[in-house]
Parts: sequence; C-alpha cells; structure tokens
Amino acid sequence: MNPASNVSGKIRWSVKIGDILTRWGPVLLIVVLLLIAPLLVSDFRLGLLGKFLAFAILAMSLNLIWGYGGMLSLGHGVFFGLGGYAMAMFLKMEAAGGKLPDFMFWSGLESLPFFWWPFQFAWFAFPMTFILPAVLGGGLGYMVFRSRITGVYFALITQALSLIVSIMFVGQQAYTGGTNGITNYSTILGFPVFSQSTQTVIYYISVGTLVGIYLIFHFALSSRFGRLLVAMRDDENRVRFMGYNPVMLKTLVFTVSCGVAGIAGALFVPQVGIISPTNMGILPSIEIAVWVAVGGRGTLMGPVIGAILVNSAKSGLSESFPLIWQFFLGGLFIGSVLLFPTGIVGFFKGDIRQTVRRLSLSQAKGQARALLHAGIGGVGKIWPNASFPWKP
Amino acid sequence: MAECILSVEALTVSFNGFTVLDNLDFSLERGELRFIIGPNGAGKTTLLDLITGKTKPDRGKILFNGGTDLTKRQEHDLVRLGIGRKFQTPSVFTSLTVYENLEVSIGFRSSLGGLFRSVVKKDADWIRDTLEQVGLSERTNVLAGALSHGEKQWLEIGMLLAQEPALLLLDEPVAGMTHRERMLTGELLKTIGQDRTVVVVEHDMGFVRQFAQKVTVLHLGKILSEGNMETVSSDPQVIRAYLGRSRTLQRAEADAGPSVPVTSSRLEQNGDSLN
Repeated sequence: MNPASNVSGKIRWSVKIGDILTRWGPVLLIVVLLLIAPLLVSDFRLGLLGKFLAFAILAMSLNLIWGYGGMLSLGHGVFFGLGGYAMAMFLKMEAAGGKLPDFMFWSGLESLPFFWWPFQFAWFAFPMTFILPAVLGGGLGYMVFRSRITGVYFALITQALSLIVSIMFVGQQAYTGGTNGITNYSTILGFPVFSQSTQTVIYYISVGTLVGIYLIFHFALSSRFGRLLVAMRDDENRVRFMGYNPVMLKTLVFTVSCGVAGIAGALFVPQVGIISPTNMGILPSIEIAVWVAVGGRGTLMGPVIGAILVNSAKSGLSESFPLIWQFFLGGLFIGSVLLFPTGIVGFFKGDIRQTVRRLSLSQAKGQARALLHAGIGGVGKIWPNASFPWKP
Repeated sequence: MAECILSVEALTVSFNGFTVLDNLDFSLERGELRFIIGPNGAGKTTLLDLITGKTKPDRGKILFNGGTDLTKRQEHDLVRLGIGRKFQTPSVFTSLTVYENLEVSIGFRSSLGGLFRSVVKKDADWIRDTLEQVGLSERTNVLAGALSHGEKQWLEIGMLLAQEPALLLLDEPVAGMTHRERMLTGELLKTIGQDRTVVVVEHDMGFVRQFAQKVTVLHLGKILSEGNMETVSSDPQVIRAYLGRSRTLQRAEADAGPSVPVTSSRLEQNGDSLN
C-alpha cells in the first residue's frame, strides 16, 4: 500500500472534521450549554431562559421571511399570540375542570362558547397552535401577495393586523379574557404546570423544538428552495418571468413562518403563565425584528443569538438599573445597528472590514450629530424650558 | 411560407390617455431572428410587456402557436408555454453565485419536493454546457453581483435558455457592452436562434446592421416599415420618423458611435418606462 495516499487520506479526514467543526461547532456549543443549563443556573433563571428559547423560535420564524425572503412582518406578535392563546385555552379548560372558565363567569357568560369546546382536547389544541396562525397568515399572505404588495406596504399591513387583532381580543372579554388575557392555570396533562420538574421538562421540550426547527430550516434553506427564496428577495420579477409563481411561493413560506411563530407562543404560555393582548401588540412585534436585526438576519444562528442576548440584557439591565434601564437598551439597539448592520453573526462572518470602513471618521461624526440632535429634540419636547449651553 | 409562431392582431393599449400601441398587427414566423427598432416611445418595450403578460391590452389579441391567446394569462404561465424574456437592465440574482443562478432557473419545472433535493445529473450537465455556451465557465462560483455588466447580460441569457423557450424576447441585450462583448453576443444570438424564434429590441444601429435578417420599425405604436436592413433604411418614411430633423441614418449611426455608454441607455429606459 502506498503510504503517501494513506497520509493524504488522513489529512483529508482531518480537514473534513475541521470543516464540520467550524460549521457546526458554534451550534453544538450552544446546544450543549442549553442542555446543561438546568444544572448551572437557578430555577428562576432557567424559567427566564426557557422563555427566551420561545422568543428565539419566534425570531427564527421572522428571520425566515425577512432575512431570507425579504418580507418584513411587523405583526408577527399576532401569530405568536394565536399559538399562545390556543395553548392557554387548553390549559384553562383543564384548570376549569369541566366548569365554565372563571373569567367567562365574571363576564356573565352562562355556557361555554362552541369554539372553546374542542380546546379541552390536547390532540386538538396542540396542533392548533401551529394550524391557527398558519391559516390566518396563509390567507392574509395570499391576498396581499396576489396584489403584489411588497416592502414597506407589506410591513404596514402586518402592523395594522397586529393593532386590529389586539384591540379585538381586548374587546371580546367574555371569549378572550380581555386585557387580562388568559391566566391562572393549574395542570398540564395532569402535571402541575408550575412545579419545578414540569418546568424543567417544558424547558427541554423548548430546547428540542428549537433544535428541530433549526435543523428543518437548515435543510430547507441550504437546498435549491432556499436559494430560490433568496432569488425572490433579490428580484421577484425575474423569478416570475422564470416560470415560478411567486405568489404561491411567498404564501407557502409566510404560512410556515406564521405557524412556527405559533409554536413559539405555545411554548411561551406554560412557562410564563399568561397570554394577553399585550403580547400581540405593535411594540412586541417590532421587538422581534430588533432581535433578528441584532443577531443577524439572513443567518440561521443570528436570530437565536439575538433573541437570547437582547432579552438577557433586558432582564439584566432592568434588575440593575430599574429606573433608567430602557436608555441602555436603546443605546444597545442604536449601537448595534450603527456598528453591526448585518448583526452579530454577520459581523463575525467577515463583515469586519466593512464595519471599519463604516466607522470612518466623517461618517461617524455625521451619525453622532444626527443622534445628538434627535436626542436634544426629544428632551426639548419632554422638558420645554430646558436650556442648553450650546445651540442644538 | 413557414408556420406562424406569434400573431398580434389589432393590439391597442394606452396609458393615461396616451396611445402607446395603435391597432398593431404583427407576426413572426417560427425560427426567425427578428429585430425591432424605433425611436423612444415607439412602443417597443410595451409590445414585449404585452407578449409576456406584464401589461394587459385595451383591445386586440396575441395568438401564440396559432391558438393560445396570451393576453388572458399570467406571466409565469406564459413562461411555461415557452416564452422567455430578457429585460433591459440585467436582472440576475446578485446574492447567488453564477452556478446557483442557473440552478434556480432550471428548477421551475420541478415539483416543490424536487426543489428540496439536489439537482439531477441531467440538469447539472445542462448547467455546465450552458456556462460554456455563454462563456462563463470560469466564473461558475463567483457571486453574480460581482460580474461585469456584459457578463450579467450573458448570465441572464443563459438563465433564459433553461426555460427552453420557443420564443425568446431580448430587450436591448447589448446596451452598455464593449465592442468585443457585442460581437460575442451577436454570435451567441445566432447560435441560440438556430432552434428557436428570437426577437431583439435594439437601439444600436451598428449591431442591428451586422446581425439583423429582418427588421421591423415601430413608430408611435404602428409598424412603419418591415424588411431587410437595406429596404428599411432606404424607406423615406423611416428616415423621416426615426431620425427627424433631416438627418440620415448613416449620420445617426456615426453619432451614436459603436458603443453607446451605459448612461445613455439608462436614459432611454426611463423614456420607455414613461410610455
């Protein structure tokens, strides 16, 4: 046997392993950290982390349509909320134990509304956390995409949706729990929801779901379908004149994204113990876009990192600086958009040179000046008699 | 007489009261390489828009292969019927590599499930051959956004070939190209035209003169003249309409020069889109 070929074979193998490690290393590291987290952190922190994992799935769902498909939805909170409500209805039915759920009784209802009835069954409620938002998203998406509404107009329509749905849920108190939402759960499939062991199991289910969705997205996006999606982001018209029907493709991707957002909502509810219209409003919907932008849109890992980091910062800062933490958070957002326009993952993927160029003095000065003016203008509105030692 | 692949009958379209195509009759024989020329605003691009379903006409019919009325169908449907179109500005997918561009363009016939699997060998072979044909073999793994203007145009022509169109419509394929690139493109068009019908809308007279067999002159939404280049360029009506202000065709050619800069072709696009 030729020893040289043996050596080159070995080298080839080590190159391959190195390749796999550089590609999957960061992912594996995060998965291992998530798996051993219950041993490392307090129960309180683990509960927070579990919530952030639900947010990470939500961020991935938005990244699928925004980062890859170029459709920015500012209403993804609605689909998250619908999944959450489906789960909450199941938990509430279990808590009511065959009687009328408490808030319906308070609102003067005498019998269970018909659409609540099937939610007492797990086999109905659990799939509904995906199907309900997927059907709403698919229907809306089809109509919007068929009219060739894109870009800012699409974002505005989804934002309007989030306003409409959250107002509707507040208004229909007898059926939805109104502003308070649906809360006061007792058991899930017979296990006490808030016991530590149940919470740990739900945490691991969240990790598993996150990894599963990550792998499915990885498979789908690294195929020709993923490249078609990016092609559609680049030039939708060209895709149309290539024989594809962009309306159907976009509707499909949007439907999947909405369904995944619903799954995130379903994981959120048993860990946090409440779902309310606040979770579906405009503000939380925009926040999702911030997680994706900070983490790195158009990358698979970015939204996961973004959601976990931003939310960790949020809870950390609010504990340490209860009065002014929002300023730090605002600074973090502005800073990361200025410094890492492609997000954290994009930055480490080789955007470093561009970032240095972006930091070139003249531009940085201009940006600082614009920010300063905006800031002073803001202070002036709140505090009209303020005097400044210099003219803004 | 050869079989007719496309016949346009009494086609009329107007935008905001301005008639762009006026009762136009136009037909193409199978296997032809036809050039359409005409001053800005003549309706050349609009005619292509109508054939490819981008614009719907006020009146009139466009019959493909003797029977199908194209005006009733959606764009992607028409592509599946065998009508390919290249736009004025090169439109390739800039975030994908040259290879991936072709890979995406050949997938339109496969099922949704097929899009999640890797390309079959036949398609991979086709991509390699096409890269060869449009002269981009050495640029296979370059991002399409990093290609030169001319290379992008070739890539787009390659992407169109994936559709195996019976009728290929090219809107100013040589705008902004260097002299050498024009010659290569002309040869490419000849090769492509061997087994399909090709329509080229062009402003560059030198290019038209060199490669055109049959030329149609459009002016104010009507056909002014049709025939080979000599017939057309000696038609007094054409000289008056196309050039205006007592210029001759030869003078105009000299003015335009062998290479029209990109900026001027951009201006022309704007003019056309204002139609």
